[in-house]
Amino acid sequence: MELPVISNTAPASEGGGCSSSGCGTAPDALGHLPDHIRAKVQDHPCYSEEAHHYFARMHVAVAPACNIQCNYCNRKYDCSNESRPGVVSELLTPDQAIKKVLAVAAEIPQMTVLGIAGPGDPLANPGRTFETFEQLSERAPDIKLCVSTNGLNLPKYVDEIAKHNIDHVTITINCVDPEVGAKIYPWIYWENKRITGVEGARILIEQQQKGLQMLTDRGILVKVNSVLIPGVNDEHLKEVSKIVKAKGAFLHNVMPLIAEAEHGTYYGIMEQPEPTPEQLQELQDACAGDMAMMRHCRQCRADAVGLLGEDRGDEFTLDKIDVMDVDYEAAMVRRKEVHDSIIEQLEAKRGNVKPKAEDLGIPADSRPVLMAVAGKNGVVAEHFGHAKEFLIYEASPAGVRFISHRKTELYCGGMDSCGDGDVVGEGATESLLDRNIRVLEGCEVVLCSKVGYEPWAKLEAAGIAPNGEHAMEPIEEAVMAVYKEIAVTGKLSPSADGRKAA
Amino acid sequence: MALQITESCVNCWACVDVCPNDAIYQDTPHFLIDDGKCTECLGDHSVPQCAAICPIEMAIVDELGAFLNPPGSLTGIPIEKLKEFGLWKEAA
Repeated sequence: MELPVISNTAPASEGGGCSSSGCGTAPDALGHLPDHIRAKVQDHPCYSEEAHHYFARMHVAVAPACNIQCNYCNRKYDCSNESRPGVVSELLTPDQAIKKVLAVAAEIPQMTVLGIAGPGDPLANPGRTFETFEQLSERAPDIKLCVSTNGLNLPKYVDEIAKHNIDHVTITINCVDPEVGAKIYPWIYWENKRITGVEGARILIEQQQKGLQMLTDRGILVKVNSVLIPGVNDEHLKEVSKIVKAKGAFLHNVMPLIAEAEHGTYYGIMEQPEPTPEQLQELQDACAGDMAMMRHCRQCRADAVGLLGEDRGDEFTLDKIDVMDVDYEAAMVRRKEVHDSIIEQLEAKRGNVKPKAEDLGIPADSRPVLMAVAGKNGVVAEHFGHAKEFLIYEASPAGVRFISHRKTELYCGGMDSCGDGDVVGEGATESLLDRNIRVLEGCEVVLCSKVGYEPWAKLEAAGIAPNGEHAMEPIEEAVMAVYKEIAVTGKLSPSADGRKAA
Repeated sequence: MALQITESCVNCWACVDVCPNDAIYQDTPHFLIDDGKCTECLGDHSVPQCAAICPIEMAIVDELGAFLNPPGSLTGIPIEKLKEFGLWKEAA
């Protein structure tokens, strides 16, 4: 069976991407899917840009073992200050995981999805992973189950995945060429041996591709994650995107490499550059012609809890769960009410027609403008200095589209604060404010609820106009309103001296 | 003859699942190998399984204290870099 791929309805005048609220899983794009698939996807926070403002997810860290090494991963890490894949604070047994899921689902009724994502590879821990899924599908049948994998053991466990009613699988596929793979994966554990180099990568790629095909043949939804590693697989990912689409993956999520020396990873220590936000966007746009792209991924921890972009894991540690009194039957009733009301809100929102630029008197040949938004739950909500991330939107005559999010904080205080090694984190000389302004490179406006005096001056000096006039307004309406204000000044016409034609 | 786990172990469970003798058990601060059960996989596999899957260099040693996965052997990070970052050890 070939699964239909969500197609991005790219505006004719622009280079790819979609024109409505968000990308990849915007309502327009979902319209191409058959009802049963759309229903599976539209309230999943990790797949739907729209849903992630409303629905929450959690990961349970029951899968510590891994069967491959990636050059961007260091298995020594267990740092509570970090938010990135492969990192957890508290490993759980399947029984503890069930207890945690029931407690979270009762406390956070917006939770729809439970994933097992590590910190190792879930399918390298088949006993712990499938026992957790089995118990959960019995005790919390209203929660959707997902699993992420590097794909090496996928063909072996596809039937088991289907049996446990897991309808979403994420495979991390960074390459389809073993020569490229050898630069990403130093070794795999396969048939009782450690296999290095090109041969190891060849086997991994073969199993990933076989597993992908087997899943889509069974009608299981597959998302493909790829880590963009400049100079290693950047150009190559365009081919990856084409191939995984042809095999029936419904969404491609290209994520930036995280490579800090203080993480102690191969890439971090060898000073492999991370992609700039511009490089990431360029590649996502290039792949978008072939494939539905996902742009709201937050690269969360293997024990994350809550809405994307926030982590409430600290509220649900084992000692805290132990003293919680969970009435799951009552919680399920409440969850149903909350979900129905969110879906009602979303349906109403989907019915709304967004104002077109031409209706607002914006000339059709106006250049696009990138704007950064300190947003939360779909509105311009946060103080500039409090924003942990900025949502980047592009306004053009075709409308407003979500491009990416950019984090403002350092991921971690470094080996020092984690008590491992003796390396002092670099970059401490740059103030957080300067760093945050650098993060906004390419943007001409920053929308937030308030901006302080000092950042205001620095933002203006950097050529980014601070704007606090649209607090608590829906993001897309605010962005379009500001775009219109700029258009009125004539600064968007092609003949004007456009500072940054995006 | 038996292998041993050192304090470099990160408790990732990988070795536990692949040991043909059930010789590896959970302990604090890290997993340990029961030397009465460990056969170094002789007769079962061509290489000791714990050392073949272990992701951490220097975490498994033989009776003489020699690393089965010496520094740099798994990550490919050059020795001078390991020394620079304080990640280098001569022997257990």
